[in-house]
Amino acid sequence: MDAEFIVKAGQYIGAGLCMGFGAIGAAVGEGLTGGWANRSISRRLEMASPFTRTMLVGQAVAETSAIFALMVAVLLLFTDLSGNGICASAAAIGAGLAMGLGAFGSGIGAGYSSLEAIWGASRQPLVGGQMTTTMLVGQAVCQTPAIFALVISFLLIFGNYSGIPAWPYSAALIGAGFAMGFGAIGSGWGGGQAGGAACEGFARQPRLKGALTTLMLVGQAVAQTPAIFALLIALMLIAMGPKEGNLLVSCAMLGAGISIGLGAIGSGMGNGITSESACKAVSRESSVTRPMMTFMLVGQAVGQTPVIFSLMISLMLIFGNYAGPPTLPGAMALLAAGISMGFGAIGPGYGNGITAAKACEALGMQPDKTGLIMRTMLIAQAVAQSTAIYALVIAFVLMFVV
Amino acid sequence: MDISGADLIRAACFLGAGIAMGLGAIGPGVGEGFVGGKACEAIGRNPDEAGLLTRTMLVAQAVSESTGIYSLVVALLLIFVV
Repeated sequence: MDAEFIVKAGQYIGAGLCMGFGAIGAAVGEGLTGGWANRSISRRLEMASPFTRTMLVGQAVAETSAIFALMVAVLLLFTDLSGNGICASAAAIGAGLAMGLGAFGSGIGAGYSSLEAIWGASRQPLVGGQMTTTMLVGQAVCQTPAIFALVISFLLIFGNYSGIPAWPYSAALIGAGFAMGFGAIGSGWGGGQAGGAACEGFARQPRLKGALTTLMLVGQAVAQTPAIFALLIALMLIAMGPKEGNLLVSCAMLGAGISIGLGAIGSGMGNGITSESACKAVSRESSVTRPMMTFMLVGQAVGQTPVIFSLMISLMLIFGNYAGPPTLPGAMALLAAGISMGFGAIGPGYGNGITAAKACEALGMQPDKTGLIMRTMLIAQAVAQSTAIYALVIAFVLMFVV
Repeated sequence: MDISGADLIRAACFLGAGIAMGLGAIGPGVGEGFVGGKACEAIGRNPDEAGLLTRTMLVAQAVSESTGIYSLVVALLLIFVV
């Protein structure tokens, strides 16, 4: 079969994946915002028109990630990549995966931020205008992962692949799409929840606006880390992906993308809900503003461990030595190492986030028991970490023992 | 590259091990985190009972860990025994 047809087929599959996945997040986020706008209006009928305006502004921001996905899908449909080498097919599928999945978290996250802004404004109608500013800052940060995904999609679509054999570079390109697409979900979603909590807190305690915005931004920055790890691996796979090699290399590149992409979901969401609870707790007990920052960061740092395991496995897979004769079991072992660590990091990352979130809330209720709460949090997180360590062990065994 | 039947089975074992451990780790991770979270919340309400609450938390987490250990065992069986 001619390369031309394979590339065309790849472009159409990519466009479908891109718009299909890309439509989920924004729609859910906008639906949540619309629902809470209705609740808020029923609470304060006289504020119907400002609430509707805030709803539309918030929904417009949440729509951005879906518009990115539409743009990439249209590019994939109508750009002619067929003269660009056989790898353009995989690049098109990778671009679709990256942007489609990458739009998911940011769309939902932006929805959380705006629903809390409207609900908060129904509690404190006088600060509605300032609330919109906090909402927009929170939404802007949670849009970052979608922008990373857009960048990776463009790099994949407009790369030059002429003269490169189909494998193993195609596997590296699809791996890059997996890494960035899945890797953007948690950070976008979590960042949005943090933004929502800052708005909620602002409605309770308008005088704490500065402290809440700082806490939100620091928390969101940490929650953004998993998406940045995913971006890094995606860029490495595109720029340094091997142009020649056997089946082992192909499976290793795909495994590297899967490991960091899936591994970033849990830690991103977990870190997001930690900063959400930190913002909520500060707005209920303002005396804990200072210890809360430390507390939140310790909780988030531990919650980051699973994604760091994933990053480690991805880097080891990318830089491994695959000189030996290729065998099917050997190749599947490398792919399975990525699958094990990728999926295995989701639960512990999110679970650590839940523990840290509730610990932040507990600190708000008992400000003088910092040590006791911190100890309980760390013990619980250590236990929840164990399954990520099992996944790491299995990944190591698959890579180095069998 | 020749692929024999035995190779295919080895390959399937490894892939199965990765899937078993990967998916199997999701539940215990979330579940244990949830237990830990509720324990922190309970200590926030009732700091004097911290010892009792931590003990209950650890018992619950140990039970919730079991499915993660099943996944680990199955993954190791697939890699080394079957």
